[in-house]
Amino acid sequence: MTLWTYLQYPFVRYALIVGVLISLCASLLGVTLVLKRFSFIGDGLSHVAFGAIAIASVLKLTDQMILVMPITIICAVLLLRTGQNAKIKGDAAIAMVSVGALAFGYLLMNLFPTSTNLSGDVCTTLFGSISILTLQRADVVFTVVMSIVVIAVFVLVYNRIFDVTFDENFARAAGTRVDLYNLLIAVIIAVIIVLAMNLVGSLLISALIIFPALSAMRLYHSFRSVTVFSAVISVICALTGMILSILAGTPVGATIVAVDVLVFACCTLIGKAVGRA
Amino acid sequence: MEKIARMALITCRDLALGYDGDIILKNLNFTVNEGDYLCIVGENGSGKSTLMKTLLHLTDPMGGEIILGDGLTRKEIGYLPQQTVVQKDFPASVMEIVLSGCQGRMGRRFFYNKADKELALENMRRMEIENLANASYRNLSGGQQQRVLLARALCATRKILLLDEPVSGLDPKVTADMYQLIKQLNEEGTTIIMISHDIEAAVGFASHILHIGKRVFFGTKEDYANSDIGKYFLLQEQEIHENIEAALTEENREEVGV
Repeated sequence: MTLWTYLQYPFVRYALIVGVLISLCASLLGVTLVLKRFSFIGDGLSHVAFGAIAIASVLKLTDQMILVMPITIICAVLLLRTGQNAKIKGDAAIAMVSVGALAFGYLLMNLFPTSTNLSGDVCTTLFGSISILTLQRADVVFTVVMSIVVIAVFVLVYNRIFDVTFDENFARAAGTRVDLYNLLIAVIIAVIIVLAMNLVGSLLISALIIFPALSAMRLYHSFRSVTVFSAVISVICALTGMILSILAGTPVGATIVAVDVLVFACCTLIGKAVGRA
Repeated sequence: MEKIARMALITCRDLALGYDGDIILKNLNFTVNEGDYLCIVGENGSGKSTLMKTLLHLTDPMGGEIILGDGLTRKEIGYLPQQTVVQKDFPASVMEIVLSGCQGRMGRRFFYNKADKELALENMRRMEIENLANASYRNLSGGQQQRVLLARALCATRKILLLDEPVSGLDPKVTADMYQLIKQLNEEGTTIIMISHDIEAAVGFASHILHIGKRVFFGTKEDYANSDIGKYFLLQEQEIHENIEAALTEENREEVGV
């Protein structure tokens, strides 16, 4: 079957729309997180989301978002907060929360199995799944709305995000409400991670966040061009990855990430070549 | 004689400094007038950085008060912080960074307007970096980076600059340029508060000295050079320099010997 035939099916179109939007959102804050040395926050939070999903399924909630979204947002706020003045430093706190949530989530799923195919469920949550191909219309609408909100907020506060990323002390001295914007960044990142769980799964979300930013940073030198280019790279990689996975029957999340890694390698080589010239 | 008494921009009364509940310095009294060039010196750990953070309202004073005069608001103190690790490989153009100095003027606006951009350009001209507008900050030399951050600080203020060790990590020639540049800004009417390790340069360029530590001195640089504490520290500084030079020549001798 050709790609065109696949595109006749609404669920394929839904998957492509959702995939592109999620990758776009994830890449926007990637630049900030990489520069703030918070690359691993995506990993930590996605494991928290995994734990929350386990709780939600044990509680037999029909709409898991009600529980997963708030828990992830609270953890995001706590993690970005502790970066500044905690006894346990940022990276250690993230590692703790990350593995702790993973262990408790898996434990809960084992103690209170909700289906007969436990390892299948776990694998799906960790690595993403074909669930992106079983999206309902409502899921698509929800993702589209959330993505538009995220993108709009990002564009509005773009200059402030630059200010608090480049120099928190100067921003504070200039009267910018640094804590408010850090909080906003934390909330946005949590929302994106919960949305992205469906696409690539818990273990691979970090890749969506950091790879486009890192690739763009090899080639471009201003904050704006890095941000724009990382969004472009992210969308292209997501589209390519999804199409490849549909045609070749490979896992969606892993294929997208593999494309991201390849693009990063290319960007590094081009960056080196240009730098030398 | 000056015709009009100059306005006091910053007055500190019985200021007590510290953090986490510990007071490290108290009963600090000094005034910064318009056009002054105040140098804050003192040993490591004497509270220079805490004083600066308190002046910028990043830390609350533990006692006493800071009075801002002549319509100065706390947002209008141009601040040149020390460079952070994050900034070393930060992908940002010079224009983006200088423009971010206008963030205090934005109020409820989300985007920079034409006036902000013109102010940024003007301050880049003053720092002679307008040709670098689209250059990447991470590819600049240390001296150029300081000029960029200085231009940013100038966007935040019309009156007063607070410089935190502006020459740390710069080579001697660039250091001299930097001091010259700051002096020129002061002559153009900008009030300068500078934190420095370099007592000699402080006495050379500043109009006033605030020495903090176990003993506190505040006054003009002439008084400082004649005071006991000033003499003591200037002498000490000289000895350190002599020692370093002696050590260097010895090293050279050894190298030649090998």
